[in-house]
Amino acid sequence: MKNPTGMSRRHFMKHMAGASAMTIPALTLGQTIRANAQTLKKNNKSAIMLWMSGGPSTMDIWDLKPGAVTGGPFSPISTSGDVQICEHLPMTAKQMHNMAIIRSMSTREADHTRGRYYMHTGYVPNPNVEHPSYGAVVSHELIDQRQGSLEIPPFVAVGGGSVGPGFLGMAWAPFAVNSNGRVRNLDMKIDDKRLMQRMATLRLIEDGFIKQNRGQAAKDHAEILNKTLNLMTSDQMQAFKVEQEPEPVRERYGATNFGRGCLMARRLVEAGVPFVEVDLGGWDMHTGIHSTLADTKLPELDRAMSALYEDLEQRGLLQDTAIMWMGEFSRTPNINGNAGRDHWARAWSVTVGGAGMNGGIAIGATNDDGTRVDTQPYSSQDVMASVCKSLGISLDTTFTSLSGRPMKIANGGKVIKELFA
Amino acid sequence: MFDGRGLRFIGRAVAALLVAGFVLSGAGASAASPKGKKLAAADDFGYPQVRLINERIRLAWKDYGIKPSKPATDGEWCRRVHLDILGRIPSQKELVAYVGSTESDKRAKLVADLLFSEKYTEEYARNMTTIWTNVLIGRSGGTERNSLTSRPGLQKYLRDSFAREKPYDRMVEELISATGSNTPGAPNFNGAVNFLTMKLEDNGAQATAKTAQVFMGLQVQCTQCHNHPFNEWKQRKFWEMNAFFRQTAALRSFNPGTRDITGVQLIDQDFAGEGGNPEEAEVYYELRNGLLKVAYPVFVDGSSISRSGFLEDANRRGELAKMVAGSEFTQKAIVNRTWAHFMGYGFTKPIDDMGPHNPATHPVLVEELGKELRKHSYNLKELMRWIVLSEAYSLSSRTTSGNTADDPLLGETPKFSHFYLRQMRAEELYESLLVATQAQNASGSYEQQEDTKREWLRQFVIAFGNDEGIEATTFNGTIPQALMMFNGSLVKRAVSTDKGGFLWNIAHGDLSNTKKINFLFESALARTPTKNEVGIANKLLVARKGDATAALQDLWWAVLNSNEFIINH
Repeated sequence: MKNPTGMSRRHFMKHMAGASAMTIPALTLGQTIRANAQTLKKNNKSAIMLWMSGGPSTMDIWDLKPGAVTGGPFSPISTSGDVQICEHLPMTAKQMHNMAIIRSMSTREADHTRGRYYMHTGYVPNPNVEHPSYGAVVSHELIDQRQGSLEIPPFVAVGGGSVGPGFLGMAWAPFAVNSNGRVRNLDMKIDDKRLMQRMATLRLIEDGFIKQNRGQAAKDHAEILNKTLNLMTSDQMQAFKVEQEPEPVRERYGATNFGRGCLMARRLVEAGVPFVEVDLGGWDMHTGIHSTLADTKLPELDRAMSALYEDLEQRGLLQDTAIMWMGEFSRTPNINGNAGRDHWARAWSVTVGGAGMNGGIAIGATNDDGTRVDTQPYSSQDVMASVCKSLGISLDTTFTSLSGRPMKIANGGKVIKELFA
Repeated sequence: MFDGRGLRFIGRAVAALLVAGFVLSGAGASAASPKGKKLAAADDFGYPQVRLINERIRLAWKDYGIKPSKPATDGEWCRRVHLDILGRIPSQKELVAYVGSTESDKRAKLVADLLFSEKYTEEYARNMTTIWTNVLIGRSGGTERNSLTSRPGLQKYLRDSFAREKPYDRMVEELISATGSNTPGAPNFNGAVNFLTMKLEDNGAQATAKTAQVFMGLQVQCTQCHNHPFNEWKQRKFWEMNAFFRQTAALRSFNPGTRDITGVQLIDQDFAGEGGNPEEAEVYYELRNGLLKVAYPVFVDGSSISRSGFLEDANRRGELAKMVAGSEFTQKAIVNRTWAHFMGYGFTKPIDDMGPHNPATHPVLVEELGKELRKHSYNLKELMRWIVLSEAYSLSSRTTSGNTADDPLLGETPKFSHFYLRQMRAEELYESLLVATQAQNASGSYEQQEDTKREWLRQFVIAFGNDEGIEATTFNGTIPQALMMFNGSLVKRAVSTDKGGFLWNIAHGDLSNTKKINFLFESALARTPTKNEVGIANKLLVARKGDATAALQDLWWAVLNSNEFIINH
């Protein structure tokens, strides 16, 4: 990542900024710098969150109760692991040796906004602190592994907005893109020299405002400008272009937004992005749940999720990439009058896999009708702690909130032992 | 519009004159006290409500040992009051007129002008319509495929209501009780129905939750399924409130032979009750333990109405609308919402959760302002006037050693001892760019202009994929927004150097180079440039080899991309 003068691109950009306003730099961004080749560092750890927005009914997917009054119409099928899952996930069934189902999730947030926040941060919403989300935490901790080589945002949210960076600051905010991979407004269509002169002028105005002690928002803005400039001039932006993939690969992931999103996640991880979240919405099935699951939602999930595991494994990336599947909560065992299920957080499932975590197993269990957890219950914090451990992030890591309060990573959650035994 | 206010206005003018000079001239105004001395009394412009705000806010400063920032400059104050009332920055002309005025009561006059002068009615109504549309149906409401919501329909209703200064309680009553067609132009059109047309599924669970949340500041959605441990609202209350919506239905009409919805009628009809006895039309709900319970329409304060499901005995939604409109919760909630709009933070966080588990930071102030608003026939413009004329609103956003601790970002409750920075909303940016580049009178009808804006706004909306329409915006200070400002079509147009356009006209006008640069800074930032800024502008002129239009373009691009432009400060 060095250019001929021995300056890394990042230092070069800093230098440009420091060259300050009064002398407009006559430098250009030469081809040598633009042409910085990708070098994939094989031991880079990454994580991919498959976020099931709306609250998926996990007793219809990962923890079936055939025969129970609450069980619903689906049958379980055997898999490549030592677990059974829903019949509508036949391709995923072949990947279950890579995945663990945590069947004893028990949480308390059954409202969309609160559940979304809690499952993303490990903290319940608090009016006085905004906690950083998974993507902010993981990318913040893993960015040093990249040794300054990453020019695109370290936290990408595909097809959804994820949850913000909280007190870690806007620099760790999710970069939200559509699954079509088109990032809007990338090109200013003026030469680099003039672009740099504009930037120098802009920085002068920015700095003047920042120096007037008006608060964090002014500083955040300047930092985002730098990141934006980095990205505009980076070849790593190619990672967003899923259409460059061969047709069979695209088809394997599925011609759906979620399919393209999962494929983009693989490309981004290959480019060195530490955290990618892919959103699949529409799980809030208060009415007609089983037909929707069988006809649309599960087939879409099945194709994309199984492709992602398979592809990462074939490329040797799965051992360094953690994959999480979860929503904000699950759905009531009781089937309501509209053939739907309502919000339910007391007993449900998430899945994790990759990054050295044990696959093919189910951890914990619910009772016969799925209304209650019968074993050691696990929380958002516990899942987060386990994922951090798999990524080599120390659980002694402590952040300091803006008010100076120390905050333990993953809210002090406990590692789920079965994942690592 | 000033008819009938004449006498009071004179009284105020006299009061303002008494304190003239040190209040209204920006630097050195009332709140800036000499070190160590007591704060001089803050100006109240003759309004007891402004005095009330000033006293209550100062009380909290005293309690927490906080010293307020200095007053904002004339330019800063003028910019923020335009942004907050009209949803756009002042034009260069408006700015210079205000800053240059030596009238002692210019602040009160500008506020009266922006709120009550016919010249600004349309812009005020547009701004409030934008804000309330997002509150009532969200940023994506009406944009869904085959939506039951007509966004233009709701906006037509809101625009009309705000332009006519409809009392807020009446607006609340209308939005909750509306019947009729949702689409403009349809017979029996009533745009107000669009608040509820898409909230009636699942037996009106969303209608129940949103009515309580938006108008009364009560979050009840969790209690739909269970008694919430942290919320005094119980499950029974949710369903009692829900019972008011059970006579209501949304009837769709389709394009013949297709499933394409052409319009929606919101109607009330007899409700047979879930038990099948319309004389005692009941609603069932299920406890977590499986026990089935019964609910009838009962308001939060315990007032009940007839249990009959027959419309001729009781129009449940109409009764609810009256009770909500007259409720004390409602008057407090609108005070909190309005305060948060102008001050950046409300008295509670979030502003629409004012239940007993979430006490307000300035409880007496919310209470008293609510009563004052009721006394003034729920005229929101009066409430706005009191807030923008308050000392807290007039303070600089520059913090000092005496108030750095007053930062809600640090998890502190807001004390309002300085103006809190906030980024413009996407709509504010859009309108501000038009004004800054003198393009606000561009061709096209009001509706066409709104359509263009709506199209542009769509790029920032992210829906979260659940039934409650929860969503976010990417216009939040992150990279996609910066990219849009760097390279997007809107800014491209703003910095265009086409012949006869904004920049071209300046470049080819008679102004001196210095004045040209001044003009750009005043247009966007409500101030003149610093020495360094003039210096770099001249360097750009050299770099562009004397091409003034190109140099101004570079400068203008930088100004519009700056934190100082996008932040309300």
